[in-house]
Amino acid sequence: MDALVLARLQFAVTTAYHFLFVPITLGLSIAVAIMQTAYYRTGNENYKKMTKFWGKLFLINFAIGVVTGIVQEFQFGMNWSQYSRFMGDIFGAPLAIEALLAFFMESTFIGIWIFGWDRISKKLHLTAIWLLAIGSNLSAIWILAANSFMQQPVGYAIRNGRAEMTDFFALITNGHLWVQFPHVFFGAIATAGFLILSISTYHLVKKEKHDVFIKSFKFGAVYALLGSLLVILVGHNQAQYMIKIQPMKMAAAEALWETENPAAMSLFTFGDEANKKDLFAIKIPGGLSFLAFNKFEGEIKGIKQLQAEAVQKFGEGDYVPPVAVSYWTFRIMVGAGFLMLLIAAIATFKTFKQKFEFSPFMYRIVFWSMLLPVIANTTGWLFTEIARQPWTVFGLFQTADSVSNTVSAGEVLFSLISYTLIYAILMVIMISLMKKFATRSVEEIDVDDHGIEEDKLLSKV
Amino acid sequence: MDLNIIWFILITVLFIGFFFLEGFDYGVGILLPFLGKEDRERRAIINSIGTFWDGNEVWMLTAGGAMFAAFPNWYATLFSGFYLALVLMLLALIARGVAFEYRSKKDSPVWRNRWDWVIFFGSFIPALLWGVAIANLIRGVPIDQNMNYTGSFFTLLNPYAIVGGLASLSLFTLHGSIFLSLKLTDNLLDRARKVANKLWLPTTFLLFTYVIFGYFDTDMFSKLGVNPGVIPVLAAIAIVSVGYFLKIKREGWAFVMTGITIAFSTITIFMGLFPRVMVSSTNSDYSLTIYNASSSPYTLKVMSIIALIFVPIVLAYQAWSYWIFRKRVSTKSKLEY
Repeated sequence: MDALVLARLQFAVTTAYHFLFVPITLGLSIAVAIMQTAYYRTGNENYKKMTKFWGKLFLINFAIGVVTGIVQEFQFGMNWSQYSRFMGDIFGAPLAIEALLAFFMESTFIGIWIFGWDRISKKLHLTAIWLLAIGSNLSAIWILAANSFMQQPVGYAIRNGRAEMTDFFALITNGHLWVQFPHVFFGAIATAGFLILSISTYHLVKKEKHDVFIKSFKFGAVYALLGSLLVILVGHNQAQYMIKIQPMKMAAAEALWETENPAAMSLFTFGDEANKKDLFAIKIPGGLSFLAFNKFEGEIKGIKQLQAEAVQKFGEGDYVPPVAVSYWTFRIMVGAGFLMLLIAAIATFKTFKQKFEFSPFMYRIVFWSMLLPVIANTTGWLFTEIARQPWTVFGLFQTADSVSNTVSAGEVLFSLISYTLIYAILMVIMISLMKKFATRSVEEIDVDDHGIEEDKLLSKV
Repeated sequence: MDLNIIWFILITVLFIGFFFLEGFDYGVGILLPFLGKEDRERRAIINSIGTFWDGNEVWMLTAGGAMFAAFPNWYATLFSGFYLALVLMLLALIARGVAFEYRSKKDSPVWRNRWDWVIFFGSFIPALLWGVAIANLIRGVPIDQNMNYTGSFFTLLNPYAIVGGLASLSLFTLHGSIFLSLKLTDNLLDRARKVANKLWLPTTFLLFTYVIFGYFDTDMFSKLGVNPGVIPVLAAIAIVSVGYFLKIKREGWAFVMTGITIAFSTITIFMGLFPRVMVSSTNSDYSLTIYNASSSPYTLKVMSIIALIFVPIVLAYQAWSYWIFRKRVSTKSKLEY
């Protein structure tokens, strides 16, 4: 295999792995902050226990999110040096700002939060978790500003043999950013919601119906419902936006070979990618037009026409992304999303009925539903990045030109194997720890007031 | 002064912040298995940096991000050129970060001991490799006319760079031991003091060897002249004075002095580099400079405004977090696990 294929594989592995943890960090940081706010407002010890319980799981997840993020920051230079030279003038800025504005904030305030229980005032301690949550979510905005530039380059000019920034505000007001960030954000809320919901259900069914987990269940159900509902709504927005700026991506997502008006939406297509045609398909007439324009008519360009247009614009080449992968990742994401909405709605219904009984079947469904958002997050990103190919920056710079030309295939193979190994080991360890701390009963939640004894000791000294 | 120079200075500052702060973190990590005899002692040692290490590491990420934003060619050449060395460092940093969070999550002594050694190696490797990397920046590495690194992993392991690596390793460990003698109590305090006293002389020796080596192996001599100016001299005086302050048990001053050594040595090296950011050993015309490696004036301007606003804010809240957790950590008190 050549260095390019290996570098792409490595980017996919390290980024997808990193993003298993990121949504949990984004969503759960806010969830824990809300729980602690409830404790602060009411003084109810059960809210403190919730904060501690979910806070612990948050920290176990956070640690891996942080360390795998270091690889992300470095690998543009390490594996994509040609990209870094060509795009650095624009792309480096949001990354540097992310570190300066967001990483410093989350890393400093997480330390204050972990070690600050009863060492600083309750109000300051509450502020620390909120600043941590804001910091994490700010970092999402900045890295998505960078990614949005790759999807829809704005505010630049080609000068001195590279892309140079001409308008910083165009970069942060990029339309793509503001359909993408809400999608990622609500996806993260849903991810955290389902984690809380699933684990609470485990406690209610397998352990005890303690108030801490009833409260958690309610919280998780509503959080998951909100997240699922909004991620679908803004996802719809995003799809309409995508048809305008990256029509090829939508055409690939739908395996739409020919231009159609009205365009049908595919429910199931088994296609022949090489010859660009369907072998078997079930379609909803006018469905895609409706998705795009909110009415059952309107032209959607097909892959063949878009390829011809791209050749005219950019010269000879293959501008069609891998269609089957795009088609299926998109479908799995959307399917998982609707399942999430359904399960979250059922769970919310149960909280209104104050009924926390589950049939064994229902229990299994709700328990394993915590994997649904993870599947949706992963396939969503695979779709976004794969269906942009052959470009790294859409219409501007290709993946084949982006890779480091001084790093050999052997070197990339070494790093790929090393990262994969260490990530696999960490995954096993993390899951075992998550299991240990997620199955703790309420009595085992550590609510000691750390630091008080120490202060007493010191005052004697 | 143009923005290119300002960004060169800012990146120097970020590296100083990183080496100063993460320097003692690495030192603490390296000393952990040796200073802590039993679990509570080790936990106390970890807690001395528990609040800070993550925030300190961000100095490195910000330095990397700033290089990318202000000097993309520097970022591209350095990171792709030093590929395998950086992979090793990343693996170390990944394992180390997780170890801090996970080591106390199970009661098993085997589990905890294993993670303590992960912390050791996770701190040892970057402490060594950063010295190697910085030494190679100034010594020069093969770089062609397209700014591409043409050497291999072993090109980086030349004697000068290895001495540089050992110097940074020992300096960070000394810095860490002095930090610990400011943060610990009782037995641990005594042990930290002893280690600091033992480390001082070899560290000083290594640093001076590195400097002398530098006069032969780099163009620092011709650039800085026979009279190198006040900064390198102060760095030398500072490291020598550490021994004195340790002897009279004034660890606060000793810590200030290792800090000054780290800061002024970093400044000296960056002054030696200036206006280059990476020296090409192939042809001096191929060296990367703050001009041919930089971003456009517009990007530099935008980034300057952002840095001007946010760097002071970051400094303020990080300083505040050090103030909150300024007290010594004792094994007799309740330890946050």
